[in-house]
Amino acid sequence: MVTAPYTREIDNTQDDPRVRAPLVTGDNDFGSVTNKVCSIVEDPRIHRAWLIMLAISVSFLGILGAMISYLVWEGVGVWGVNNPVGWGFAIINFVFWVGIGHAGTLISAILYLFRQKWRTSINRSAEAMTIFAVMCAGIFPGIHVGRPWLAFYLFPYPNFMGMWPNFRSPLLWDVFAVGTYATVSVLFWYVGMIPDLATLRDRAKNKYRRIAYGVLSMGWRGSHRHWHRHEVAYLILAALATPLVLSVHSVVSFDFAVAQLPGWHTTIFPPYFVAGAIFGGFAMVLTLLIPVRHFLGLKEIVTLRHIENMNKVLLFTSCIVGYAYSVEFFTAWYSADRFEMFTFLNRMFGPYQWAYCVMVFCNVIAPQLLWSKKNRTNLYVTMFVAMCVNVGMWFERFVIVVTSLSRDFLPSSWGMYYPTLIDILTLMGSFGLFFTCFLLFLRFLPAIAMAEVKTVMPQAHLDRGHHRGAGDYHGDIPGAHKVEVKAEV
Amino acid sequence: MSETNKQLYGYLVEFDNVDGLVNAAEKVRDAGYSDWDCHSPFPIHGMDDAMGIKPTVIPWIVLCAGITGCTAALAMQWWMNAIDYPTIISGKPFFSLPANIPIIFELTVLFSALTAVGSLFALNGLPQLYHPLFTVEKFARATDDRFFLVIEASDPRFDLEKTRQLLESCNGLSVEKVED
Repeated sequence: MVTAPYTREIDNTQDDPRVRAPLVTGDNDFGSVTNKVCSIVEDPRIHRAWLIMLAISVSFLGILGAMISYLVWEGVGVWGVNNPVGWGFAIINFVFWVGIGHAGTLISAILYLFRQKWRTSINRSAEAMTIFAVMCAGIFPGIHVGRPWLAFYLFPYPNFMGMWPNFRSPLLWDVFAVGTYATVSVLFWYVGMIPDLATLRDRAKNKYRRIAYGVLSMGWRGSHRHWHRHEVAYLILAALATPLVLSVHSVVSFDFAVAQLPGWHTTIFPPYFVAGAIFGGFAMVLTLLIPVRHFLGLKEIVTLRHIENMNKVLLFTSCIVGYAYSVEFFTAWYSADRFEMFTFLNRMFGPYQWAYCVMVFCNVIAPQLLWSKKNRTNLYVTMFVAMCVNVGMWFERFVIVVTSLSRDFLPSSWGMYYPTLIDILTLMGSFGLFFTCFLLFLRFLPAIAMAEVKTVMPQAHLDRGHHRGAGDYHGDIPGAHKVEVKAEV
Repeated sequence: MSETNKQLYGYLVEFDNVDGLVNAAEKVRDAGYSDWDCHSPFPIHGMDDAMGIKPTVIPWIVLCAGITGCTAALAMQWWMNAIDYPTIISGKPFFSLPANIPIIFELTVLFSALTAVGSLFALNGLPQLYHPLFTVEKFARATDDRFFLVIEASDPRFDLEKTRQLLESCNGLSVEKVED
């Protein structure tokens, strides 16, 4: 890996309508972009910091393996789940990880349809994050079923019992929604990566590299007749992934909303869950990309403007989430339903008050820092807010799952939920899986979508009137890509 | 491989900027060639017109796949829950469209996405791990920062002299023969 070429921070966050802000700063051309991105993968040295991080991640991955093995051996009694709180950490973690994935699809698909060209610098790593997060998410329902070796009962397959699953259950919708989401995310990621894998193949110095990247890139040779179909297929995948990503967390929210439990049985859940998922996902993208751009020398490609844009999304979704929190209270009051009203008062003042406070502070109060541009372009503030949101969004799911279950209609069926050490170690282990995958991705696959970044550079456009100014790309006005170097951060 | 086995694949011309390639493509298109192609590290805006490429059939294939997925999901749920193994759950009807919508949607998307990718590979003829162009050393930069135009010898209008002259008039960096 590259030993931190300490590139300076260039401020390209100005919003002067006469000048298009550059999306690749510094003195870059196509070749230098290729070099910067490929050198991360091609460096024969193994960077010590990367190795240490990998060692830590793999250790946690090992813990995950051990915890799952112990769970399978002993049964779900090793967890803190009980009666009445039958959905503990496993479901919280599932919703948390699926939510993380949503930012990746938003960046790669929704921003693509909206012609947000700044997505090109961050979409590859965000999509990778999506896939790894969905992998982590997929584990939890699988082990939560109690007898994981029978988890295949979830699928409609012809069996000797002559039975079929109940298609009216949101839990089964989840199987299809998450399964489709994982498949489409992998396809989208891979299709977008083929041209970049071909770049790595063509630069490969030894035979094994050439064969490995050659097979992965399927013999891509940049033919425009191929590019033409590639662009159409990519657009179709984006158009399919856009409603898909909105549907996945909606379906996850149906798991709760279809139940009769006070605090769960609300129609606000689908949009509220989707906004929360995008919110939490963007926080994770920032958490990953700020160190990545620093240590891998990608500050000219993942620029300050990208960070600022993501912070704006974070602030916007934080406001939606904050609105949802408050409107839930209104709905409870307006419903005139005693149980509903009690549930929300209990959330705020009950035994899990501390969790509610953590959630509100992290998700609603801390992101308000981002109203100021100074804070949005300050990496320390950004990192602080992103970490808050990572924690806060986990606690949001904790609050939803645990407070409602622990205090239902009958006081005689109330009970507290406490996680066990196994619960906590399993959660930490899932982070091990996530970071192991992400670190390996950085080392072996192109972390930036080179081909796409090149299309938003000024050199990619024809010097002809009608190819200019359509408003859908950046930086083709002569002189517009020249930036002033302001301050170092 | 001995010299005598080599066949002419075509002529390759190299450019170091987008404009050169697009201008050349327009010339080759107007000269009426059919077996030719441009190679670039990224998709070039306006290139479809310059090469005269017709819209691809992929969207129609995907539409068919989507309709298939939609129908299959509906039929599956209806047959499994209402015909083959009817179960009363919460007193709801055995077959009711609203409850079936989520899975209909998911399978429509799944079928469409798999077909979009499958037809992309099939129509592009990929995977194709060997190609005559890969024998040209500088062609490696087609995925980096250079732009190439190739006219294949299989083209009915291909002529050793005239095609070469046409390509030389395009002001590329170099024109060279590619052998297979």
